[in-house]
Amino acid sequence: MPNLRISTTLAAVALTLVACGGDTPADNATGAVNGPVTVFAAASLTESFTKLGQEFEAAHPGTKVNFNFAGSSALAQQIDQGAPADVFASAAQTNMKQVSDAGATSGEPVTFVRNRLEIAVPKGNPAGITGLVDFADAERKIALCDEKVPCGAAAKKVFEAAGLAAAPDTLEQDVKAALTKVRLGEVDAALVYRTDVKAAGGEVDGIAFPEADEAINDYPIATLAKAPNATTAGAFMQFVLSARGRAVLGEAGFDAP
Amino acid sequence: MTTRRKARGRLPLVLLVPALLGLAFLVVPLAGLIIRAPWSTLPSQLLSPEVGEALRLSLVCASLATVICLVLGVPLAWVLARGEVRGRGVLRALVTVPLVLPPVVGGVALLLVLGRRGPIGQYLDSWFGISLPFTTAGVVIAEAFVAMPFLVISVEGALRAADPRYEEAAATLGASRWLTFRRVTLPSIAPGIVAGTVLCWARALGEFGATITFAGNFPGETTTMPLAVYLALEADPDAAIVLSMVLLIVSIVVLASLRDRWIRGVS
Repeated sequence: MPNLRISTTLAAVALTLVACGGDTPADNATGAVNGPVTVFAAASLTESFTKLGQEFEAAHPGTKVNFNFAGSSALAQQIDQGAPADVFASAAQTNMKQVSDAGATSGEPVTFVRNRLEIAVPKGNPAGITGLVDFADAERKIALCDEKVPCGAAAKKVFEAAGLAAAPDTLEQDVKAALTKVRLGEVDAALVYRTDVKAAGGEVDGIAFPEADEAINDYPIATLAKAPNATTAGAFMQFVLSARGRAVLGEAGFDAP
Repeated sequence: MTTRRKARGRLPLVLLVPALLGLAFLVVPLAGLIIRAPWSTLPSQLLSPEVGEALRLSLVCASLATVICLVLGVPLAWVLARGEVRGRGVLRALVTVPLVLPPVVGGVALLLVLGRRGPIGQYLDSWFGISLPFTTAGVVIAEAFVAMPFLVISVEGALRAADPRYEEAAATLGASRWLTFRRVTLPSIAPGIVAGTVLCWARALGEFGATITFAGNFPGETTTMPLAVYLALEADPDAAIVLSMVLLIVSIVVLASLRDRWIRGVS
């Protein structure tokens, strides 16, 4: 898994370096929306941002949107280390704050969507999971995200709000790994984002629960101060915030902020 | 000895320069770990209960996995080296596949077979109530899967290098095959077994991909050191560096204690 992350980063870096060759400074000076733009986005945005990227390219001929999808904390670290990104879309305020505190964003980050947790169960709910209370049952196989990653931190909040002591069997390294364990039927239930349940198509069933209101994740987006292609970066961010952008994100299961 | 020294002195520059670059390539990243280490908070980090728990679990699981590899791997090596089986080349390739297979793939394979919906796992579950994913036993199995080829290769190499005439002599003197194996073959390949065992143990200790995929991650039960390193990196890079240093030191101590023995075992 880490190797995959490193290789996607390298690929993104390589693409950007290649892209920089054709991206003459004149493009930016005239403010034309043109050339490649590199977007670092949280893994949970994979499906919706891929779609938005294609629509953006179609609307602005001559542009190319390159994505680097990974955990928000990993992306923030890569930006801190000088990765040549134009736009950063984080699944958590903390990771964006880390970047903006370092002065790496241009302008204030804007919250563009919200995400909430949902219970994911294997199709047909064979274990008969009814709500959050089942997560405290030691007899059941339960997957949560590790508290060190955003979905795990959110899970911790909802259990505190519900006054429950969760009895997980595994603390997964990211939300997609937790979802995979549900897909394979290895666990009876997992706490993932509503958007992940949607993205899994019909492979898993989702159960909404009231305590999810206690841990709404705000997703901030910002263009970066050292963006190699600032004009196009700004245009892409505006597209995400536009009515069309909100519609695509809404279809994926995100809430409006 | 003197001739060897002379030969060493004549090392051509064409070889020496890339050799030194190769050495630097392998050693410098490890030095980077030491340079970046948070020395001031190091003792408190090392004494934290999480580190202790992960280290204890890593040592226990790697040792258990090594025992499994010894019990199954030495006979397997014997079959590969001495057995008159058809398609031995294919057999050897299959045995060594986990050496080159990405460990994550191994983890997925284990999960699909031994998970509770797998062809074997579903019977383990319904007949005996045993579920291997998310348990310490699952960690041991994942580590054994990845580490066993290291033992098999070492022992097979030793068996091939051993002189079969002693075994033949024992047989003519009336010893049974099992007695010959125990009293003649095993002692003669002991160095190879020791080398393979240590290598196998070290590989099991560092196992990450198959473990996190098959056994999951839960402190005290399945969180071994490599998993703790990976997750610490998400939130606390300093802690990750400390954990990495501990693993690095354990690995160096193990390999250094072997000196050139394992090379003899493998060749």
